[in-house]
Amino acid sequence: MLCESCGQREATIHEVLIKGGSKIEKHLCEVCAQASEIEPSSNLPISELISKYMVSPGVQPGAHPGDESEQRRTPATTVCPSCALTVREFRQGGLLGCPGCYDAFEDLLAPLIERAHEGGVCHVGKTPRRALDSGRSKGDVARLLGDAHERAERLGTLRKQLTDAVEREQYERAAQLRDEMRRVATVQQDAGEEVDGDDAHGEGSQA
Amino acid sequence: MIPPSARWEGGAEWLRGEGEASDVVLSSRARIARNLAGFPFMTKASSEDRVQVLDPCRRRVLSDEFKRASGAQSVMWVDLHEVDKHERQVLVERHLISRQHARGKLSTGRGGADQPRGVAIGLPSERVAVMVNEEDQLRIQVIRSGLALSELLEQIDQIDDALELGLDYAFHPRFGYLTACPTNVGTGIRFSVMLHLPGLKLTGEIERVKRAAEDMSLAVRGFYGEGSEAAGDLYQVSNQTTLGKSEHVLVHELEREIVPRIIDYERHARRTLLEKRRPTTDDTTNRALGVLRTARLLGVEESMQLLSHVRLGVLLGLVEGVEQHSVNALMLQVQQAHLQCSASRELTQQERRIERAALVRKTLGGA
Repeated sequence: MLCESCGQREATIHEVLIKGGSKIEKHLCEVCAQASEIEPSSNLPISELISKYMVSPGVQPGAHPGDESEQRRTPATTVCPSCALTVREFRQGGLLGCPGCYDAFEDLLAPLIERAHEGGVCHVGKTPRRALDSGRSKGDVARLLGDAHERAERLGTLRKQLTDAVEREQYERAAQLRDEMRRVATVQQDAGEEVDGDDAHGEGSQA
Repeated sequence: MIPPSARWEGGAEWLRGEGEASDVVLSSRARIARNLAGFPFMTKASSEDRVQVLDPCRRRVLSDEFKRASGAQSVMWVDLHEVDKHERQVLVERHLISRQHARGKLSTGRGGADQPRGVAIGLPSERVAVMVNEEDQLRIQVIRSGLALSELLEQIDQIDDALELGLDYAFHPRFGYLTACPTNVGTGIRFSVMLHLPGLKLTGEIERVKRAAEDMSLAVRGFYGEGSEAAGDLYQVSNQTTLGKSEHVLVHELEREIVPRIIDYERHARRTLLEKRRPTTDDTTNRALGVLRTARLLGVEESMQLLSHVRLGVLLGLVEGVEQHSVNALMLQVQQAHLQCSASRELTQQERRIERAALVRKTLGGA
């Protein structure tokens, strides 16, 4: 097979890209492949997610059946104050500019992130040890795990998820949720704040 | 600088064909993404930013703590902006850096081959590699032959801790470890297993299994990751979800629930080939060996496909006189940059085909 680009040399680089559900095949020789630097995009899932789950003024989402919250999802912020990344840049490239973008675009990113992670909305798992160890003072811990209100909300969410998991007999998940609740509650204690007794102790005997 | 390729003494450990379920699972890999607090991600990083990230990261990967945690005898650091493209390509073929990292270019088009970035590689096993200034500032990888995700998690956790001793990671109370792409936030961890599935390919069941895996929100990719074809019937299966599930839950799902099922399917397919289609399978595998032993010109794809059939034949006891580990090793040696680096001058495509065929004939005892 000859190269699609120059039509002279033998095509040795064969690539199949799946874009928007359709298959695009490329057959290039080494020279043309290098010149074009055509590389399968490493963020196809994210570009798809952006087109489907991110709404911005004037752009219709690809698939959003019966979405009534479009207006609410429209971001108030369009530029990250820390790194000056615009929403437009993110839509095009699929990459954020700095850690601050997650705060600046939180409302905008939340539905997309939830989709990308099969309903996962909150981090569960490892936490930077250094940050936790060194962050024993009240202020630092709050910075790390959110303020008291955020933590209370999170505990509420976790409790609900735990009930769901137990009902569905997903014990693995239940155990993981319990660990997470314990962690948040412990931090709350360490931070010298009032701890909801249920959160700290109540879940130990279930499942 | 000593070219990295001059340092490869042994074969990559992950190709040895050892460990649990190694008849189907070639290797397991864990990779975590980390970024430093207070620095922009690569998308917005200037060359100065990149250098400021590179320096402390390099110090950490060259620290004693890192060496201990990685279990390496020594750690080699490669400044990728200072080595030529063949050297970078060898690292890609050995799965030590991504193609994107070799080019130095982000998916957004920013960057270039001269951008400050590097990789640390634990020697001699090549089990541990840390890319610095890829899409994320740190991409830590641990790789092993066979099915070994739990061990990998334990090790990558220790390595992460060793690096964190001198680095301040970007972390968010809700989204966890922050990454340039929102699809990686949370734990930032991806587990993947490289599966050799010639049985499912030959029985025509591979698409069904692929779809089933994708339905379970796993990504199924080729030998060289995203966008690559499944050369040599090698498929990478990895988790897509990194937020809302702890590292241990992810390992459990993959290692104890999903991968064993795929292994069972493949083994079943192989038994079927042996019991119901023995003459055909006997012919396919031995014919593949015959071609490899006699061919004068070989392309990469053809070599990979034939090697896959020979490997299957060896595992089924149909092909004799060939060691499985030499077939595994050839899967790497026939790659373009590996051939190029063992030659003393730039080879043309035709010359590479000649060299490839000669190497394969020599290794497999051909004429």
